[in-house]
Amino acid sequence: MSESAVDVRTPATPRAQPGEALRFDRVTCSFRSNSGAGLYTAVRDASLSVDTGEFVSVVGPTGCGKSTLLNVAAGLLRPTSGTITAFGSSFAGLNRDAAYLFQGESLMPWGRAIDNIAVGLRFHGKSRAEALEIAQDWLDRVGLHSHGALFPHQMSGGMRKRVAIAQALALNPPIILMDEPFSALDIQTRQMMETELLDLWSQDRKSVLFITHDLEEAISLSDRVVVLSAGPGTHPIAEFTIDLPRPREVADIRLSPDFLRLHTAIWGVLKEEVLKGYAQGKR
Amino acid sequence: MLKASDEILAVPPTVIPVEPSRAIDWIPAQRVVLLVALLLLWWGLVRLGVLDPFFFGDPVRVAVVVWNWCTSGTILVHLGYTLSETLLAFALGTVLGIGAGLVLGLKPKAARLFDPFIKAANATPRVVLAPIFALWFGLGIWSKVALGTTLVFFVVFFNVFQGVREVSPIVLDNIRMLGASRRDLLRYVYFPSATSWVFSSLHNAIGMAFVGAVIGEYLGSVKGVGFLILQAEGSFNVDAVFAGIVILTICALVLDLGVSWIERRLLVWRPTHGQADREAT
Ligand SMILES: Nc1ncnc2c1ncn2[C@@H]1O[C@H](COP(=O)(O)OP(=O)(O)OP(=O)(O)O)[C@@H](O)[C@H]1O
Ligand SMILES: [Mg+2]
Repeated sequence: MSESAVDVRTPATPRAQPGEALRFDRVTCSFRSNSGAGLYTAVRDASLSVDTGEFVSVVGPTGCGKSTLLNVAAGLLRPTSGTITAFGSSFAGLNRDAAYLFQGESLMPWGRAIDNIAVGLRFHGKSRAEALEIAQDWLDRVGLHSHGALFPHQMSGGMRKRVAIAQALALNPPIILMDEPFSALDIQTRQMMETELLDLWSQDRKSVLFITHDLEEAISLSDRVVVLSAGPGTHPIAEFTIDLPRPREVADIRLSPDFLRLHTAIWGVLKEEVLKGYAQGKR
Repeated sequence: MLKASDEILAVPPTVIPVEPSRAIDWIPAQRVVLLVALLLLWWGLVRLGVLDPFFFGDPVRVAVVVWNWCTSGTILVHLGYTLSETLLAFALGTVLGIGAGLVLGLKPKAARLFDPFIKAANATPRVVLAPIFALWFGLGIWSKVALGTTLVFFVVFFNVFQGVREVSPIVLDNIRMLGASRRDLLRYVYFPSATSWVFSSLHNAIGMAFVGAVIGEYLGSVKGVGFLILQAEGSFNVDAVFAGIVILTICALVLDLGVSWIERRLLVWRPTHGQADREAT
């Protein structure tokens, strides 16, 4: 899109990289600011890629534009400029290769757990019986075997998140987008869910773009951690490869020296952005 | 690791936690006492000559009129008319209200176009339409159904409109990401969401339908409880007027109970009082 506007800092990148599940190419997102006619550029010139089968976490200060980036990857938001491709091809409308785990409550309040999981399968042309069978299988896999008949308001926050995970993964999408899926949970439930997520992920290694503002969570789950700058004009400023061995036990891995080394290194970069973001938030 | 939490969370799916039973609830008994006391007061004041029975009736004679109507069966015919008018107006107004609410809720442009017309129509006192409806549809049940429908329609319409507009954008985006077509959105999101809003308006709506029917009868008819009251007033029979009012009140209560019953069966997914609401995010 912005081919003509040559940016000397970013080398020209080949469009279709076979191994790439997702690629943001100099993505910029501006919003009309509600105070007046001015534009607020939340994300500017962000380039980022997720390899097939890779688990990438994005960390950044609150309000910097993490959800915005994920909405672009999902096709829910068109970037103001720049391109987004999935497996080398751009998409019109929603990203049909991706499942999205939202930051807030996303289940249909009027659907029982099992119906919430089955509904996506129905959209994909499965018969009712078949959809319910797969949904029950997923209920078992997320540890909610006998809770399929509960409505969202009858479940705990952790149970609702598990249903949401089952809902997304039941469609077997090659890409999973997650927006701080566990941030509303208490620390114990959270570690449990992280372990479980890694378990599910290791079974068939989907490509994951995981948003969080919790650095420990990012390190313990990912193959790679990307740090975003504070807004406005957010873009990736650093990347760290997480070479911790898998399978990982998220509760224990936080105590290993390698983890601490990575944490110190990434925090060194992130801290400055968090402080910047904080100062801006106060203004 | 997860299994431990499962034990804690293991609520059997159909069991809904019940409030711990307290001491005997005296409120229903107190209500009966209050009702009896009010009736006694009325009766006493009339007997003592403080209230003139010509204007205020006499509770005993009112009861006799009600009893006579019931035993002779005259009330059944009139009640049949009033109730069929009520139910027809309720059904018609609800269906039209849901239809219009869904369409305008999903089409913001059309909503903006129609907005002033709807507001104006809703602001018109519908009672003045009764004579017009009588001209158009005659003195039979349809002029009353028409009046009731115009009352029910707006109550339901505004609620459905609101229900469609207030669907959580996250739920909507989520369903779209799961692959829903526009038809699926209507069936799985907008319709259920609107339904819950409709139900919160149904108590109002059934009352409106009833009011429409009775007022329609009162303003011109040959059958119905409203007509009975009108007749009684014409012959200065205050006891019969009060008897009509008693019958209407009982009917209104029964209709309301009916709506509550349907509501409980269809809205199982909603947190009820006593159960904690979902945490806000
Ligand atoms: N639709 C919108 N209209 C206007 N401004 C928006 C819109 N969406 C996001 N923004 C702005 O863009 C910035 C980034 O928002 P975003 O939701 O992506 O942040 P975030 O990094 O996900 O924050 P958090 O960690 O709190 O979830 C914010 O300043 C927000 O005000
Ligand atoms: Mg966010």
